[in-house]
Order: sequence, then structure tokens, then C-alpha cells
Amino acid sequence: MASFSILEIAGHALAAQSTRLNTVASNLANADTVAGRPEDVYRAKQPVFRTLLTESGDTTVQVTEIRESTEEPELRYQPGHPDADENGYVYAPSVDVVEAMADMLSASRSYQSSLELMNTSKDLLMRTLETGRG
Amino acid sequence: MPSADPLFGALAPALRVHGERLGVLAGNIANADTPGYLARDIDFRSVLQGTGKLPMRLAQTSAGHLPLNGMNATSSPTQWRIPTQPSADGNTVEGPVEQAAYMDAALRYQAALRFIDGRMSSLRSAIQGGR
Repeated sequence: MASFSILEIAGHALAAQSTRLNTVASNLANADTVAGRPEDVYRAKQPVFRTLLTESGDTTVQVTEIRESTEEPELRYQPGHPDADENGYVYAPSVDVVEAMADMLSASRSYQSSLELMNTSKDLLMRTLETGRG
Repeated sequence: MPSADPLFGALAPALRVHGERLGVLAGNIANADTPGYLARDIDFRSVLQGTGKLPMRLAQTSAGHLPLNGMNATSSPTQWRIPTQPSADGNTVEGPVEQAAYMDAALRYQAALRFIDGRMSSLRSAIQGGR
């Protein structure tokens, strides 16, 4: 443990997982945001995780980019909708709500693991600091 | 193989290796969701026996080569972990396995720390003549 490197590793992991939670939240919130034209539809966002080598040589994780889904938007027949086109259709983003919920659970579990990691290493560092006191 | 320290013996290098193992395992847990990441671990026994292969290093064969400090961080050899289940994205990190290994490393680290602490108290007692 190069003194505080675990805190740096876990910190990066927390940041990456919270970015993932943010994109999931954004996708879920916009699952029913419809638009009148297919190009105006909200596109589901997905973070790309990559291994990052820190300056001290440890491996951690970072989000290199946030990609937008290329899936075709769904057609919904809602002739009463003010944005509906001449055939009565509106376009909805192809967000799978169940998949997004599963993604959210996975992200929150990983977040918890990293947090646990931070707590354990904090305890170890504290004990190391107290060596030779007694 | 580290030379035996007159005061603490192999305890100080053991503490260092356990600390490095904690860092490697933390990296695994951080990369639990990174596609293609291969989990690593340090085998304490092979480090102790000095049998582990040295970590891969980038050779600098010319004065113009830039040093890559990050590549040579752990002085202990790391080995790839063999996953118990295959995964579609090529990631070999298994949460429970890594967490168990982390707990194991943390306990061993604390044990080494406790031994060092005990050695320090005996030394202090010897210096003070048992007073």
C-alpha cells in the first residue's frame, strides 16, 4: 500500500460508478420523453469504462467517454399528442426500463464495494499510524 | 529475497508485500465493471521464497527513451487470477472472490502490524531494563 494509493484507487472507482448512476438516472427519467421527429428523440447514454494506470502504478478505473445509443427510436401511436406527426405517431427513446434498473443495481453494488474498500484501508492506515504507541 | 533486518526480521518486507497486495486487489475491485480487465493478485508464498517471476518491465535501451515510472510500481510479481466462471465481456473480476481476498490481505496486514508492535514493546522493555 503506497500509503494512500488505495484511497486514490477507490476514489476513482466511486467517481466512475457515480457517473454510471447519473447516466442511468438520466435514461430512466427520459424513458417517456417523446418527440415529434426521430432525430429529436432522447438517446440513451452509456459510460465507457477503461482501466487507468495511476502515477504510482496502481490500476484503477475511469470513464473515458459517454456514448449515445444508436438504437432506432420506438414509434408510438398517439394521435392526440400535440407533437404527433401526420400519421399520428410520436417517437420515444428505446430505453429498456428493466435493463436500466438492473444496471442501476449493479452500479450501486460496485459503489458500495469501493466504499467498503475505503473504510477498511482507512482503518489499516490509522492502525499503521498508531504502531509503537502502546 | 530481502535481507533479514536485525530488529524486525522479515516483518517489514511482509508488511510491504501485504500492502502492495491490498493495492492490487483494490484495483481489481475498482475495475469490476471494466470490459476486458484481467484480475491480478500477488502470491505471498512465491514472494517469500523469492521464486516469483519479476514483474514485466519496459527496457530503456537508448538514452532517448522516456521513463515510464508507473509501469514498475509493485516490486512484487503479480499473477493473473483464474476465473471460476467465464464472462461475455472478458472481465475476470469476481466480486465475492476479490472481497474475500481483500479481507484476507487486510487481516494479514494487521497481523504483521501486530507483530511489529509486539517487537517494538519488547525492544522498549529491553532498552528500559524491564522497568
